[in-house]
Amino acid sequence: MSFLDYAPAPESRSVVHLRPSYGLFIDGAFVDGHGTPFPTISPATEEHLAEVATADEHDVDLAVAAARKAYDRVWSRMSGADRGKYLFRIARLVQERARELAVAESLNNGKPIKESRDLDIPLVAAWFFYYAGWADKLDYAGLGANPKALGVAGQIIPWNFPLLMLAWKIAPALAAGNTVVLKPAETTPLTALLFAEILQQADLPPGVVNIVTGAGATGQSLVRHPGVDKIAFTGSTAVGREIARATAGTGKRLTLELGGKAANIVFDDAPFDQAIEGVVNGIFFNQGHVCCAGSRLLVQENVHDDVVDRLKQRLSTLRLGDPLDKNTDIGAINSAEQLERIRELTAVGEQEGATPWSPACEIPENGFWFAPTIFTGVQSSSRIAREEVFGPVLSILTFRTPQEAIAKANNTPYGLSAGIWSDKGSRILAVADGLKAGVVWSNTFNRFDPASPFGGYKESGYGREGGKQGLSAYLAPSGGVS
Amino acid sequence: MTIDTGAGARPAGAAPSAGAARALDLLDGPVTDTTLRRYLEGIPGVDAVGLEQRAASLGTRSIKTTSKAMALDRIIELVDLTTLEGADTPGKVRSLVAKAITPDPSDPSCPRVAAVCVYGDLVPVAVEALGSLHAPKARAAGNGEGIAVAAVATAFPSGRASREVKLADVADAVRNGADEIDMVIDRGAFLAGRYGQVFEEIVAVKEACRRPDGNDAHLKVILEVGELVTYDNVRRASWLSVLAGADFIKTSTGKVTSNATLPVTLLMLEVVRDWHRMTGEKVGVKPAGGIRTSKDAIKYLVTVAETAGEEWLQPHLFRFGASSLLNDVLLQRQKLHSGHYSGADYVTID
Repeated sequence: MSFLDYAPAPESRSVVHLRPSYGLFIDGAFVDGHGTPFPTISPATEEHLAEVATADEHDVDLAVAAARKAYDRVWSRMSGADRGKYLFRIARLVQERARELAVAESLNNGKPIKESRDLDIPLVAAWFFYYAGWADKLDYAGLGANPKALGVAGQIIPWNFPLLMLAWKIAPALAAGNTVVLKPAETTPLTALLFAEILQQADLPPGVVNIVTGAGATGQSLVRHPGVDKIAFTGSTAVGREIARATAGTGKRLTLELGGKAANIVFDDAPFDQAIEGVVNGIFFNQGHVCCAGSRLLVQENVHDDVVDRLKQRLSTLRLGDPLDKNTDIGAINSAEQLERIRELTAVGEQEGATPWSPACEIPENGFWFAPTIFTGVQSSSRIAREEVFGPVLSILTFRTPQEAIAKANNTPYGLSAGIWSDKGSRILAVADGLKAGVVWSNTFNRFDPASPFGGYKESGYGREGGKQGLSAYLAPSGGVS
Repeated sequence: MTIDTGAGARPAGAAPSAGAARALDLLDGPVTDTTLRRYLEGIPGVDAVGLEQRAASLGTRSIKTTSKAMALDRIIELVDLTTLEGADTPGKVRSLVAKAITPDPSDPSCPRVAAVCVYGDLVPVAVEALGSLHAPKARAAGNGEGIAVAAVATAFPSGRASREVKLADVADAVRNGADEIDMVIDRGAFLAGRYGQVFEEIVAVKEACRRPDGNDAHLKVILEVGELVTYDNVRRASWLSVLAGADFIKTSTGKVTSNATLPVTLLMLEVVRDWHRMTGEKVGVKPAGGIRTSKDAIKYLVTVAETAGEEWLQPHLFRFGASSLLNDVLLQRQKLHSGHYSGADYVTID
């Protein structure tokens, strides 16, 4: 036996008690939906986890009505300090139930438990703590004295960070005094429903947060509902466009956090061992299901071969498998549909002449899996260098000068994030200045903090989440809800 | 040998040892302060935040059941059981040796440690106490690897003595039967940028490790990372030591406040991994000082296996310099076999 064949170290599932079926969370209670319920599974095993209700137009109407009533009668009249108390309470309950939420997240999403345990859930709590602190300080949000909430916010979130995206949406909305109707992604509704239980535990007034599950049609009903004052969406650029069209001229506020095709730029004076870690973390974190993933590696031509060698060596130590095993580095692809898209795009990459490489790794029989893959010999014109793969696939391109690095990094319709690896501070600042990306990380990647605004340029969307800036997505200056 | 006091260019010792030859190839010219500086300062930098993050993430590996049993035995086999006190006596060393031979009297399946590590004047005591289990004798008799005797030398721990005294210290320990020499580098010279002097001293000590029969005592070069302070310094000192012919690079003496840490050991492992990629030669790593629990030691095993490779988990490529670690490993080992924790009275004090 080899030491590196670590014995299985699975996190126990016994902390999660899933009900056989879940209804919609409307007006503080779980109610039946009028649409056809759908099963939710574990993408790692295709095991059936629970039956989840579908909200039809009528249910969405009920949810919006509940949110409106709660806004008019309770939440808009409550002091900021009191709203903050609820948020603090929610944050503490998330911490108390962290283990359970992490296991549920990994079960339903397929992400490794070490990520849900060490990153997703701690950040969820951090987001609620952070915005809890803002609730009674809105005068300092930069919108003048007495800024006003917008009313009812409709929020639609993706499946890659189910509970974290929920926190990014709900925490600032509630702190600013809005009430919420949230639609979780079709494939990952479970932690949002566990979160609904937490809201009951926290005694949040009924109707302040409503959770409607379902597929695209449910989201459409929410977007088109006339009683909604604001739509916040995180997801694909295609759906983002549809939402922008649907809300145009309705007076609804809109913020969009869409796709990305981030460049991770490695200069020849980079701290290489750490850069390799950053590149790996940049694209293989959460199986590459990250809108700000560093999916294009731009490496200075004179160090290209060395970087690729080191990268291959490092990839060979990644462990793919059971998301609940504490030693798993790469979990399951979230759905058969997503796996299909990754396969299609990587096949195109090969046809276009790029060379794929994956470490030897055993792919489990059931479930949806894709081995971490790097492509060398990728040109700027390749589809895998232009389109968002949203999977564990890295395209490696080269550059010769900082100017060329900036030009190549910006040569994309997206502009969500970028990374720079260099030991030279002045170069980092100069290059960052030239990059058109909402977030630029230097000598690190995929770091998130509630105090730091996050959002994109160009087709990566508009509006910011996180920090003081994230509040203005849910507030209007006093006397002026347009 | 004379001591280089200037910062000027000066070739290394006349007859190039294995170490000097390594450097000559790589530097493509004579070994001088200038060529060494050009080389060492051209090595990519270390990002402290990233290094520490990587170490922390390796520290989250969960080593359970059969893997844990394997790890605990491996840790014992990799320990340099150490006593380095002014109060050390022959009696204390004999007791240490007995513990090295039979770490757990209640369990004959318990492996032996790799070596005992003592001050130079106590080497004869350790050699005598080991008897037929002393590594060279055991090997000659076809009786396994035995247990080696390591001696700290070169005016350990400060290294503040003349080169003559340091070399005499080494020669004395080797003559008395030490199989391994743990030397300290001249941190003062290193921090002053006199890389040539540090290099030359390692080469000279390596020479002094040579026995009349042609075998060498293995040379571990202690960087004393707590005095080098920055990761960039540690990386340069690691490369310098490897270039000069070190068989092992070792973190620290255990005599200053900051000793082995996981990030610093990871960094040194990256150096030996890169050296192996470049040359095919394998250099060992020894973290020392501050590793007291099985849990911590297992993190080091994970870091070694996932950085340099599992083949490094052998006594000639990886060691723990430790004293109290062994008993914690024994307690964990007993717990794994019996299902319950015993206590300090069920392991022996050495």
